[in-house]
Amino acid sequence: MSALWLTVLGAGLGCYLLKLAGLSIPPQVLDHPIVSRIADLIPVALLAALVSVQVFSSGPHLTLDARAAALGLAVVLLLLRAPFLVVVFGSALFAALLRLL
Amino acid sequence: MSTRDDEAVRRGIVRDSLGVGIATGVYGVSFGAISVASGLSILQTCVLSLLMFTGASQFALVGVIASGGSPLSSALTALLLGTRNTLYGLKLAGVLGLRGPRRVAGSHLVIDESTAMSVLRETREDARLGFWVTGIAVFVGWNSFTLAGAVAGAQLGDPRTYGLDAAVGAAFLALLWPRLRDRHNQYVAVAAVAVALGLVPVATAGVPVLAAAGVALLAGVLTRRATDPTELPEGHA
Repeated sequence: MSALWLTVLGAGLGCYLLKLAGLSIPPQVLDHPIVSRIADLIPVALLAALVSVQVFSSGPHLTLDARAAALGLAVVLLLLRAPFLVVVFGSALFAALLRLL
Repeated sequence: MSTRDDEAVRRGIVRDSLGVGIATGVYGVSFGAISVASGLSILQTCVLSLLMFTGASQFALVGVIASGGSPLSSALTALLLGTRNTLYGLKLAGVLGLRGPRRVAGSHLVIDESTAMSVLRETREDARLGFWVTGIAVFVGWNSFTLAGAVAGAQLGDPRTYGLDAAVGAAFLALLWPRLRDRHNQYVAVAAVAVALGLVPVATAGVPVLAAAGVALLAGVLTRRATDPTELPEGHA
């Protein structure tokens, strides 16, 4: 089995177990303000990091290209409260058009 | 409350839940397309949606793979993002009171949308109705549209021609957006970006993103601010 398949199956199972744990363990176990705060901030930190790495890097290099312009459009679309799919595919289309120029 | 009122309330819950389920399920098309563009096969993409079934973690896993990260770092990133479902579960446990096989099955449906559509209901029956209808509707929609997106994405050829590589960043930003209304979160996001981009030139791919989780750890320990971790951002994740 390839490493990618193991990742898909293992991480998928892990995410299920995280959900099951929430419905199963006594609430007191994680009832600590620091735990709640960290859990609240993890998505913020990870998603912000994912955006930046995805848009501003290629391998070990920091880059500025069509992806950055597409992210700029995404910001504008989000400010205009555009739906998720419009933001995602609008940005893709914008990057594709810039590359044609 | 009379029986007729109860019925009207239940119909309203079913209608709203189906609406949220369909609207969310459609996002699956973007996940499917981005996943095959990141190098997963159509089958791997569909298995991921069926098994992991939590959008942000799935986007993270394929995003880290696409940027050259190791399978292990992609899995860890997905799992870290999956921890928020544990907190939703903690909140839902008392509200839904699921036991045995229902808990085993219901756990799979503990996601942003099903939590949002059930935690604030007035009765346990209403909460359960909102949870199951939303969860099942999202599950059916998300997996159907994942397949559609993956098949379409596989036909396209080089994803860069269609800007699909740029779509990944936009998807992450859209997931992050509702949380950025909070100023404290804005600081954490900026610090996370600095850490991640600072590490890109020196660390193996995948590590910069994981390291950014350290910012969350540090900020959580150092700040004293009452927050409700299960407070849902409007929209999606």
